Amino acid sequence: MRPLTFPRLLLRCGYLTIILLIVVVIALKLGAVPVSLYGLGLDLVHLLLRKTTELSSNYDMIVLDIRLPRILLAILVGASLAVAGTAFQALLRNPLADPYVLGVSSGASLGAILALIAQPYLAIPLAFAALVTPVGAFLAAGVTITVVYFLGRREGQVDGSTLLLSGIISASFLSAIIMFLITTLSGRGDLRGMSFWLMGDLSVSLPSTLRWFVAIGFLVATGVIYTTASDLNLLLNGEKEAMHLGVDVRRVRLVVYIAASLLTGVAVSVSGSIGFVGLLVPHVMRMIFGSDHRILIPTSALGGATAVVIADTLARTVVAPSELPVGAMTALAGAPLFIYLLRRKVA
Amino acid sequence: MAASSNLADSNRASDVRLSVEQVSYAYSANPSQAPLFTLEASSFQARPGEIVAILGPNASGKSTLLKLIAGTQEPLSGRVLLNGFVTHSLTPRVRAQRIAMVQQESPLLFASRAWEFVLQGRHPHSRSLRFETREDITIARNALAQVGAEHLSDRWMDQISGGEKQRVILARALCQQPLLLLLDEPTLHLDIGSQVGLLDTLRKLAAENRYTVVVVTHELNLAAEYADQVVLLHHGKSLRVGPPAVVYQRELLEQVFQTPLSVESGPSGRPRVTFLPGS
Repeated sequence: MRPLTFPRLLLRCGYLTIILLIVVVIALKLGAVPVSLYGLGLDLVHLLLRKTTELSSNYDMIVLDIRLPRILLAILVGASLAVAGTAFQALLRNPLADPYVLGVSSGASLGAILALIAQPYLAIPLAFAALVTPVGAFLAAGVTITVVYFLGRREGQVDGSTLLLSGIISASFLSAIIMFLITTLSGRGDLRGMSFWLMGDLSVSLPSTLRWFVAIGFLVATGVIYTTASDLNLLLNGEKEAMHLGVDVRRVRLVVYIAASLLTGVAVSVSGSIGFVGLLVPHVMRMIFGSDHRILIPTSALGGATAVVIADTLARTVVAPSELPVGAMTALAGAPLFIYLLRRKVA
Repeated sequence: MAASSNLADSNRASDVRLSVEQVSYAYSANPSQAPLFTLEASSFQARPGEIVAILGPNASGKSTLLKLIAGTQEPLSGRVLLNGFVTHSLTPRVRAQRIAMVQQESPLLFASRAWEFVLQGRHPHSRSLRFETREDITIARNALAQVGAEHLSDRWMDQISGGEKQRVILARALCQQPLLLLLDEPTLHLDIGSQVGLLDTLRKLAAENRYTVVVVTHELNLAAEYADQVVLLHHGKSLRVGPPAVVYQRELLEQVFQTPLSVESGPSGRPRVTFLPGS
């Protein structure tokens, strides 16, 4: 008998944090404009000592003003998607569930676009204008998961394959609407390129209010989900059993659905729909650390962050000076892995 | 166990732990339609250390009665009291501290080890983010020992036999340190050795830990052997409640189970049912 203890949790998160930091340093170095590790190290030391005036490298603009914010955003988006995936997998008792497969990402994208379309007609103070897309995305994510959940039920029970099919069908239906809207409204300059919403992309520059909103949204929603970690462990036994073990199933379900929709909404509003992160990262973490959500949620967050930083770095380097959308990278790596897991589950 | 059927005892209200008072339930697919299934007012009482068996053919309302006792379903009328508290009004957490349910096994989504599974029983007693304490581990160890499953502690739940799994599930229920232990067909799919082993364990636990045990079962002879009281259900009606010797009447059982049978006294002095096929 070796139950999880706090020091063991910290140790494991520590390993993953070190890996993430190494990946971040490499991501800062790599790119269309080469930066030497030495120069980068010098820059970072100066930055840590708050001697910003002594930045020696000519590339500090590229590294600190372009690459670093983008990497930080990749960390937030990856962590949000992975935590949302972990939550959906536990609630729906389906190891193949994630925001992208369930259509929640597409729903959030559509919500963000509708919010952008509606924005000129709404009297929104300028200070909050940037928050229109994440709020629209969050609300639409909530609506989508509710619809897909009820479509996935058969005789009062959530049926695994019906649920996944409902999600995948919803995703392609919603994507078609997005395509329609983007094409008919292409005259409007404030609607960004369509690949952004259909296939996640981190290259778009964002207002800083939005960055802060994403960071706060991630922390709050992940914190809320983490407080239900033990309840989620019991929900893996099914809702009836969880109830007999003292879980307030209805409350946990409501709270976690809202929090996971918020995570998906904020991630999608800044990056479009990046697929497979929410599906595969929790899977890999579960293989390594087991299915205890007290450890699965923080390790998935760190793993998701690392995965998206790697994917985005590849996306902007493999075809440099041109770029791939990061969603194309995650799909290239993720789809085959998804098929493998699907086959293994059937076998 | 002989003392539990003593009349003098049953008149002392303070001794009663579980009191099922005229509970009824109706299930209908549509509120405007006539109910598809009705459980008519049923009553019985049970004391600490007592084993009550709920018997009856399929669709007689056994599982419904168990859910009403567990408090997870609200009765249409009447009430179920556990130590004076209405079970349906308790919060899920408090309810799980007092009532443990052993259900027909549900498949696990992700593999876990037996000790992890048993520790789940500590959930209603812990805070949301607390890590397991030494005390929790001691309780889980004792629970495994009480059901004779210490050796299974490090095994994976999906790699042990049905009988072993039922023991681990029972150990998890013990970890809840309940007053009332409910079991829904715990011996289903078990071979006869495992069935007798499990019920022996249950009787020992009821006596030692003073649990009140309510068990839904199809096994007439095992119920006769182990139960202090039997509740016989038929078409949603509780036909008779009492010690096996009182309930096991040939005509009554033949009518309920729709099969010719004979009832005699077994070697233990308790009734024994023999089915007479083809007659």
